[in-house]
Amino acid sequence: MCVGVPMQVISIEGDQALTEVDGVKREASLMLLDQEVKVGDFVIIHAGFAISKLDEEDAKATLELMREVFEPELMG
Amino acid sequence: MNYQDSFRDKELVQGLARRIAELTRGRKKPLVFMEVCGTHTMAIYQYGLRSLLPPEVKLISGPGCPVCVTPNGYLDRAIALSRLPDLTITTFGDMLRVPGSSSSLMEERAKGADIRVVYSPLDAVRIAAANPAKRVVFLGVGFETTAPTVAGSILAAKAQGLSNYFVLASHKTMPQPMAILSADPDLSVDGYICPAHVSAIIGADAYRFLCAEYQVPCVVTGFEPTDVMQGVEMLARQALQGESRVEIQYSRVVRWEGNAKAQGLLAEVFTPFDAPWRGIGVLPGSGLRIADAYGEFDAELALPVQVEELKEHQGCLCGEILKGKVAPGDCPLFGGKCTPESPVGACMVSSEGTCAAAFKYGR
Repeated sequence: MCVGVPMQVISIEGDQALTEVDGVKREASLMLLDQEVKVGDFVIIHAGFAISKLDEEDAKATLELMREVFEPELMG
Repeated sequence: MNYQDSFRDKELVQGLARRIAELTRGRKKPLVFMEVCGTHTMAIYQYGLRSLLPPEVKLISGPGCPVCVTPNGYLDRAIALSRLPDLTITTFGDMLRVPGSSSSLMEERAKGADIRVVYSPLDAVRIAAANPAKRVVFLGVGFETTAPTVAGSILAAKAQGLSNYFVLASHKTMPQPMAILSADPDLSVDGYICPAHVSAIIGADAYRFLCAEYQVPCVVTGFEPTDVMQGVEMLARQALQGESRVEIQYSRVVRWEGNAKAQGLLAEVFTPFDAPWRGIGVLPGSGLRIADAYGEFDAELALPVQVEELKEHQGCLCGEILKGKVAPGDCPLFGGKCTPESPVGACMVSSEGTCAAAFKYGR
């Protein structure tokens, strides 16, 4: 439940972003994020909300690990 | 070696383990470090990190799985709600199989209750908007990472003028149980591996009082094997030098001040209250209930139900396991009467639970 998955922002409309990882697209609310976010940025998505920004290298490294540790359904 | 590989590099993990062994060599009483995040528990079991550590360092799991610390009474109320007509329960999937006093949401669904698994609390708001004749209840369980998302869903429902969206809230906050465990004379915790994404919201500053009042080192770490091992090394260093500071190992995500916007939403929608924790009891100020200003969204107030009498599961040691006092293998039910397919206690139900991790990885 507390798993946060790094995803890349591919479009933004108001408070909603479309994010993508491994070809899976998810809508995510930007309502909780206190940092400026733009298309191309990586964010940690938890339960449909972006909670934190992180840089691309960190995001990719984290993702690799998460794919190994978590069941696919937990990856959202 | 590229940057990405460095998180998983065996040599690096083993190098960190060697450094920890050198630091602690000859120590008579082992250093005990507790992780208080279910995702850390999973990572520690998955990578067998305990087996890499010297006997002078012991890792124990604490109350970090939100489903696990949710008491039976909460499940019983959710089950009673699910039996109301024209009512839809929406929840994260891991709540489904948790046994209440005499049933589970899974059993109620099989009997015809409308119980739907959602990915985000906002999905629950969408269901409410699309089904005005239904009352939609979201089961708000989780720590400071999840609570702001639920606060966001309440604000979204309010903005849309919905009167059929409710939250049964049982959110918990992390620092209080850490203080209780620090003060427990039966449990000597020499340092905390602080939760990663909870800390992204509350900020590492939130643990400073633990260092000041209980002289216990705190390190916020990420989930990768090198993250956890480096965190252990940082804790060992502090403990051996008699220091107790907060350090951030997971600086790529966590800041000292946390996420101010999410904290603001929590303060707006929720009020701290004395919350019951499975196996630990009621901890003052350790939970978040819906603030009076948003009482119309509070399922407990708006949808009164008769809740069955509380029954605890005989022989289940979830409570002691959540306090780090016993290991899963010490429970007489573990692997016999209690398995992930047929769980007796919450620690075996949730994939973040200590028992589920221990069962899955056979350690």
